[in-house]
Amino acid sequence: MTTLPSLWPLIGIAIVVAGFAIRANPLAVVVAAAFGSGLGAGMAVPDIIAALGKAFHQNRYVSVPWLLLPVIGLMERGGLGEAATALIQRTRSATASRILLIYLAFRQITAALGLTQIAGHAQSVRPLIAPMVEAAVVRDDPAIDEAGRNRAKAMAAATDNVGIFFGEDIFLAIASILLIKGFLEGAGILVEPLQLSVWAIPTALAAFAVHGLRLWRMGRR
Amino acid sequence: MIGLPHLYLLAGLVFAGWAIATLLDRQHTARLRGSAFWALISLEFLAGDVLSDFHNGLIVLALVGLALAGAPGKGQPATTSTADRQASAAARGNRLFLPALIVPMVALAGTLALPRLGDLVDPKQVTLICLGLGAIIAIAVLLAWLRPPPSAAVQEGRRLAEGVGWAMILPQLLASLGMVFGLAGMGDIVGAVAPLAIPEGSRLAAVLVFTGGMALFTILMGNAFAAFPVLMGGIGLPVLVHGLGGDPVVIGAVGMLAGFCGTLLSPMAANFNIVPAALLNLPDRYAVIRAQWPTAVALWLFNTALIWGFAFR
Repeated sequence: MTTLPSLWPLIGIAIVVAGFAIRANPLAVVVAAAFGSGLGAGMAVPDIIAALGKAFHQNRYVSVPWLLLPVIGLMERGGLGEAATALIQRTRSATASRILLIYLAFRQITAALGLTQIAGHAQSVRPLIAPMVEAAVVRDDPAIDEAGRNRAKAMAAATDNVGIFFGEDIFLAIASILLIKGFLEGAGILVEPLQLSVWAIPTALAAFAVHGLRLWRMGRR
Repeated sequence: MIGLPHLYLLAGLVFAGWAIATLLDRQHTARLRGSAFWALISLEFLAGDVLSDFHNGLIVLALVGLALAGAPGKGQPATTSTADRQASAAARGNRLFLPALIVPMVALAGTLALPRLGDLVDPKQVTLICLGLGAIIAIAVLLAWLRPPPSAAVQEGRRLAEGVGWAMILPQLLASLGMVFGLAGMGDIVGAVAPLAIPEGSRLAAVLVFTGGMALFTILMGNAFAAFPVLMGGIGLPVLVHGLGGDPVVIGAVGMLAGFCGTLLSPMAANFNIVPAALLNLPDRYAVIRAQWPTAVALWLFNTALIWGFAFR
């Protein structure tokens, strides 16, 4: 029987759960959780601040996609959202469900080819897909309220997530496949990335079936 | 060699531009706090390398403090009216869609071409470099074509950044929390505790604890990459592979996908779930999670069944 390590660092997870449950500001929750876990592990306060600073510094690449905001802003200034709305108003066959079904397939297929950055919440959902979906639901149901329009826009963002999550692992050189390969290699099990990526295909098909069915039903209501 | 430092310099300049534009915006709701918020992010990108870890940590605490005090707030960035935009859309028509293709096309061309150019671009960072390059080209094309005032690139970016608000720094901060959790020994604890939940010799229970643990730990950490080594090391390898003779390929590959189902449910996965809600101006912070939970639950069941049915043949 192995002895259990000290459980005090888990206090960080408890802070996260409680913080999100009471809908506290997530930034405050994250800082409190870092301090909770650090103190629980016996770290001194200056060391926790330094650990947080070092990690924040190393993770700057996470914020790089914000460089796209000026691009989207300029496109919107030129009337991209209005052009998308006009296109959808002219094209009656482009229903919200069909737009999102095509986008789901596009996102899964391009992600499977390793092209995860050619679309995304900033690149395509905010400037193009969400305005198109909103225009389509308003055209097909002029009486729709704001909550209904917001649900349609949220579904556009959800479709982007489902598409990329369950498409990208079919690509051999994606980070998650390399992580699995590296982990198994460390344990003395040699596998080829291709063996791993073919096992992403059944779930990719299931994702298209499940989410596609939900999108189709969204159009029925 | 072009690499991350150049990209960080560019990002630092963009944030500095927002800091100055906010400072000059007399109608801003939180002018000084907002300006300080963008200036500190800019400082982190431009000078973070020469600051100590502790001083970078103080910047993080100051950013969070400013956010709690109302930063970045909302100003009046100069932009066009709805009527202007409709007129522009009517005049330019579907050609307006073409600039939206610039960033994707640069990403596609760069991914294929840049690695062949030798040492010009850091091969590990091609994707992010292409993103920055695509942004520069798209801004140049849009400024030349639409002929807005030269400050428009800064002001339009600030308009969207203020729309996203404090959530701008949440993804980076959450990624940092993952590293602090790691330092505090979180992985060792879960790896030691999780196997205790499995009844002896029950394959279905073992698979359920593995895929359930992947999803749950991913929800808590906001990232399946953090959960995978913990659950694979704690349950996947010792119990499913070595104990029950399962196939490590199926268990590893599909186990990771079970974790992705957790990402769809996690407020901690801010850049996928919280930031889009802010980008689309949705009043409910959890609207995207509400839209995707049925898909996530169904696919988690599918992945669990896939391991149970195909990993033990």
